[in-house]
Amino acid sequence: MGFLSHFNEAPKPELKRLPSGTFTIDADCRIVSSTVPGWVPEAQVRDIGQQVLAVFQGARNANLPFSELIVQYAAFKITAREMRGGAIIFLSPRAPQIAAMH
Amino acid sequence: MAMATQQKILLLDDDEKMLDLYQELLKQLPSKPEVHVSNSGARAIALLESEPFTLLITDLRMPKMDGLQVLAIVRRKFPHLRIIVLTGVLDEEYRSRAYAQGVEMFWQKPASSEEIKLFQDCIESLLDRETRNEGGFRGMQSKSLVDLIQLECLSRSSSVLHVTQGALHGKIWVQNGEIIDSATANFTAEEAFKEILSWKSGNFEILPADLNRARAINNSYQGLLLDSAQALDEWRGQQVGAEKSGAGGASASSSLLSPLTRFEGVEFVLTLPIDERGPSDSWALENVPQVGAWARTAHRRLAELGEKLHVGALAQVTGTGLQGHWALARDEKKGLLCVGFRRTLPADKVDQTMKHVFTKWVS
Repeated sequence: MGFLSHFNEAPKPELKRLPSGTFTIDADCRIVSSTVPGWVPEAQVRDIGQQVLAVFQGARNANLPFSELIVQYAAFKITAREMRGGAIIFLSPRAPQIAAMH
Repeated sequence: MAMATQQKILLLDDDEKMLDLYQELLKQLPSKPEVHVSNSGARAIALLESEPFTLLITDLRMPKMDGLQVLAIVRRKFPHLRIIVLTGVLDEEYRSRAYAQGVEMFWQKPASSEEIKLFQDCIESLLDRETRNEGGFRGMQSKSLVDLIQLECLSRSSSVLHVTQGALHGKIWVQNGEIIDSATANFTAEEAFKEILSWKSGNFEILPADLNRARAINNSYQGLLLDSAQALDEWRGQQVGAEKSGAGGASASSSLLSPLTRFEGVEFVLTLPIDERGPSDSWALENVPQVGAWARTAHRRLAELGEKLHVGALAQVTGTGLQGHWALARDEKKGLLCVGFRRTLPADKVDQTMKHVFTKWVS
């Protein structure tokens, strides 16, 4: 079974990990504080902040105010709380939910 | 001469030796599939665009475009393509993310002749299923849920059927061919069984029997299946009746949406079709144009953000506050559902209630 040695892969580039941690942004979408790891591009963090603030702003305009936003993707969750026009945003990678019933 | 049903597999790996090896292994399958190879994500996508494939088998770690990026693009462009990940990466996070992108299987690269045989058997079984073009619940085999329950009961098996439909989960306990209990997030016993039977499609797995489970259902499995079928027929009859009796406009819409409004805490409902020019339906919502435009924009922005992050499909968006709560979810065929909830509904119940409203809407 000599050909099985082919299955031992040579070192390959690492896959990108999902961002995790917490950051706060002000109303102008400037990052005020962050525990998001340094390898996550700041532009990506700011992009997340911008989209979140836009959702808050749009909801206010549609007369649908709220204070906490939860965005659930298949493998990722964003939780955001509005703070004086800005927001505190929690980023958490997650596994698909497995039933834990009874 | 090639058979009309010959299946086509596309193998993606940056390692040429691996491509040669897997191509050889796959060509040995009894169904003799046509195997194409690609050593880059971009080329794989171009190949998928140029001709139809049954199955994509991809590595994860690759330079330039990694496997997860390929999965995100392929899943969006070719939603019906079967995908298998075959990798040396054993990190649970990547496994979860791959499954979140809708892959069929996540295989560690085989390291023994037994594992290679198992891998070949799995691929052959999947191709065979595709040849027969079977729908239904996808688990170890493609069966309808009623078939599966009947099989378990007729063979007097003891097992636990774990059924999922999207984010919804349910379990059915079978003991010596009798259904003894069932549970979903909100219901137990017969109610839970009926709820599970109302799910049109999904996945199942058969878990080992739980012999300590107390009996909560005393009806026979035939009786349960009959009751469930009757309940579904009645509900469908009500839907058709509502459509026929509606005089058009708002009253028709309200009738069609009314089943959604019976869930605890629902304050308003708004549905928006895929085609933005199509008419929206609403119940108990005043500022429909504003909320509709915001809902579409917010969902689109967040879905695009998810694509950029490669985190799988956007499942649900929820907003909670002192004045009320709302949630948004999208079905690929029906469009966008926006539901408002009363502020008295605890915030932690909004998520689950929305899942039930959404399931009712799509089914």
